Amino acid sequence: MANQDFPLIFELSQESRTGFSLPELDVPDTDIDEMFDDAYVRQDAPHLPEVSELQIMRHYTGLSKRNHGVDSGFYPLGSCTMKYNPKMNEDAARLAGFSHIHPYQPEETVQGALHLMYDLQESLAEITGMDTVTLQPAAGAHGEWTGLMMIRAFHEANGDDQRTKVIVPDSAHGTNPASATVAGFEAVTVKSDARGLVDLEDLKRVVDDQTAALMLTNPNTLGLFEEDIEEMASIVHEAGGRLYYDGANLNAILGYARPGDMGFDVVHLNLHKTFTGPHGGGGPGSGPVGVTSELEPFLPKPILTKREGRCQFDDERPRSIGRVKPYYGNFGINVRAYTYIRTMGPEGLKKVSEYAVMNANYMMRRLQAAFDLPFDRHCKHEFILSGRRQKKLGVRTLDMAKRLLDFGYHPPTIYFPINVEEALMIEPTETESKETLDDFIDRMLQIAKEAEEEPETVQDAPHTTIVSRMDETQAARKPVLRHPME
Amino acid sequence: MEFRYLPMTETDKKEMLETIGVQKSEELFADIPERVRFQGDLNIKPPKNEYQLMKELSDMAGQNVNLKSHTSFLGAGVYDHYIPSIVDHVISRSEFYTAYTPYQPEISQGELQAIFEFQTMICELTGMDVANSSMYDGGTALAEAVNLAAGQTKKKKVLVSRAVHPESLAVIHSYAKGPGVEIIEIDHKEGLTDLEQLEQHLDEDTAGVVVQYPNFFGQVEPLESIRSLVDQQKKTMMITSSNPLALGYLTPPGTFGADIVVGDAQVFGIPAQYGGPHCGYFATTKKLMRKVPGRLVGQTVDEDGRRGFVLTLQAREQHIRRDKATSNICSNQALNALAASVALSSIGKQGLKKMAAMNIKKTLYMKQQLQAQGIDVLYKGAFFNELVIRLKKPVKEINQRLLEQGFIGGYDLGRTDERLSDCMLVAVTEIRTKEEIDTFAGEMGDLNG
Repeated sequence: MANQDFPLIFELSQESRTGFSLPELDVPDTDIDEMFDDAYVRQDAPHLPEVSELQIMRHYTGLSKRNHGVDSGFYPLGSCTMKYNPKMNEDAARLAGFSHIHPYQPEETVQGALHLMYDLQESLAEITGMDTVTLQPAAGAHGEWTGLMMIRAFHEANGDDQRTKVIVPDSAHGTNPASATVAGFEAVTVKSDARGLVDLEDLKRVVDDQTAALMLTNPNTLGLFEEDIEEMASIVHEAGGRLYYDGANLNAILGYARPGDMGFDVVHLNLHKTFTGPHGGGGPGSGPVGVTSELEPFLPKPILTKREGRCQFDDERPRSIGRVKPYYGNFGINVRAYTYIRTMGPEGLKKVSEYAVMNANYMMRRLQAAFDLPFDRHCKHEFILSGRRQKKLGVRTLDMAKRLLDFGYHPPTIYFPINVEEALMIEPTETESKETLDDFIDRMLQIAKEAEEEPETVQDAPHTTIVSRMDETQAARKPVLRHPME
Repeated sequence: MEFRYLPMTETDKKEMLETIGVQKSEELFADIPERVRFQGDLNIKPPKNEYQLMKELSDMAGQNVNLKSHTSFLGAGVYDHYIPSIVDHVISRSEFYTAYTPYQPEISQGELQAIFEFQTMICELTGMDVANSSMYDGGTALAEAVNLAAGQTKKKKVLVSRAVHPESLAVIHSYAKGPGVEIIEIDHKEGLTDLEQLEQHLDEDTAGVVVQYPNFFGQVEPLESIRSLVDQQKKTMMITSSNPLALGYLTPPGTFGADIVVGDAQVFGIPAQYGGPHCGYFATTKKLMRKVPGRLVGQTVDEDGRRGFVLTLQAREQHIRRDKATSNICSNQALNALAASVALSSIGKQGLKKMAAMNIKKTLYMKQQLQAQGIDVLYKGAFFNELVIRLKKPVKEINQRLLEQGFIGGYDLGRTDERLSDCMLVAVTEIRTKEEIDTFAGEMGDLNG
């Protein structure tokens, strides 16, 4: 450890220091070692830290200061919907009647929780225009895989075993093709056209009787609405395939359009994006899946039903794809999303999308003078710039992203989607004020100017962060994935 | 209606629309074809103000019997343990919980280092070389381990003990359908995996053997014998699912040569939350390091030679490798991994052993008290913090009566195992007192008749 390094918790450890207060051992203190075969009694204790409570608190407070969250500053990370995470949601999820209930308690003792889940299912079905929703999947990618397994079961039930291909646009999130593979499908790419939308001719070319599904994000990852959606739906449906909606970008169209009305058969949502479950530094999320009645029999089991005012789980589902997760989903995140939906109501949710879209268009129009705009049309909740112009000056998109760190901003998503050179993907969300957007825009314009006049300022960035750029090559070549003890 | 999360004023809006070059925001949605445009208002409940909504939510929460209002002996994969206050104070720091995945290391060192510490702690607990940054839960982690074993060994059969958590077993079946892995269930006998049956099914096509340690019934599986069986075949992997708290007392699976160890860190600082979110972990050998699903944090240096941390070996992951990724996992349980790390830092080296041992001692005491009440406690083997008891009356009925006495009774094993339809799985953690155990055992004696 160099002097200026922030210590690891293990480096604070001193033998016999304690940070715990265990309950009393009030039963007879028997020699339990005798119960076990010697080989099963652990000889070397795991090297956990021995630290006091204040040391722990200072350690993690120190770490938190070395981390940027939405509460620290603007976080326009495209495709991630880094909106404000309401504090009330956190309080609601921590109510003892929600946080300290056990999944195997008798149903009659958890009716409050079940009613919340049921009401959330119903609300999400209405928002997406689907017939039924399951809350079981733990995250977006988990929902994708769940939905694809249902589509697979549906085709198999129809004797359509030859449907082994899932079509994904070249602009799709990486999880789409990955989920297709994990579900046992082959991922096939469909190209985007000059408009940034799915190329209909190419779609017609790749769709055939082996097509199980087309996975689509709408608006797509370029932030553009797939306006040919009706025709795409009929191309895929006529060939016998099903349409899968990746809900990552739902924040753009709440109350304006519903996947179910566009012809989608399966939808997953990211409650940690659109519905404010916090991202938690990478998770936990929640990835409910909605389906049309045609696919309803294949939902993961159990499903939550309501009869005569009482909620209960139904496990008698012979055509179900089975369980996708132990218990009933990430309930704690679902409580947060429910709280948010109840706070906003139909009017509020529509305003969310109105402002999310307006903010993105405003930023796009103000930035287009200084950066290449590959798709010059109204965007939805996010937009793409290209750093091609700056690259010619020797300043890469990565450099500009790092320069933004100097101004206290989290950079946009970079180098994604993969079909745009030097991409910068900007998603402001609806919860940011105009002042914040304007300041960010000014900084971006400043960086564009620096790229022309003093490129090294950008190339050498960041200048103000607690650490400089990391040696990622070394990290991958000689992986150190744990702290060595002794 | 006012919306406190939406800051734009009418003046802002006017200026912004002018810059965009439209009259009304509706024009920005003109690319949504008329026929698919949603007309009218969503049929969901109207917005509610903070105070009244919180009151309504509190009332809903209040309808639920909970682990604070009642004394619980329910476990079966989700446990009621001591949670140090400090845990929630740390994870409530919004620099952690409002951050995304740490893709920009310069402003994410806090999260990255916290995960690196978590990975280290999981390695220490399990006796493995490498651990990832977390999985959804123990069940899906186990299912991913099964598919990894099949992919890596290029064999298509995996033997899974029926003494594994029944819902994890169900998830394994669902996940196995994707790559077409054949799952063969191995019975339990005397509360342990039937090794004779395991040996019968174990052959050169077996990619892996899956057991839980301690198993669903609380019994300690003989990993040493299982490893010797597995070693009869080339490449076949031993996969274990382990309650990491138990590994404070039990020899870790790594010592017995496990290839993959998974489980759930819910036992460390994470409340039950009706089954989620919890915190799956995934640990393995150096050999399989590049096959691990999900995110890994590695240590490196910055341009000025300072120690720092980054997400690494990302060529395994979906955002780089797309359809060739080792898994489709993206979001994980980072915040809960942080909670587990804080709890483990607090409990520490000495506390962990004491806490694990206390679970065993209190469970042993429960066993003695139940036996004194004439209740049949099954299985002779060593256990961690759960016991299987056989009852003369339906488990559901007894649990109903226990509830009236302020107890949440044990898991009804009949839910998932016909052979144990008259049995209850009773969990005793370190937070249960002698008095609670005595009263519970007394009630059980009376109810069982």
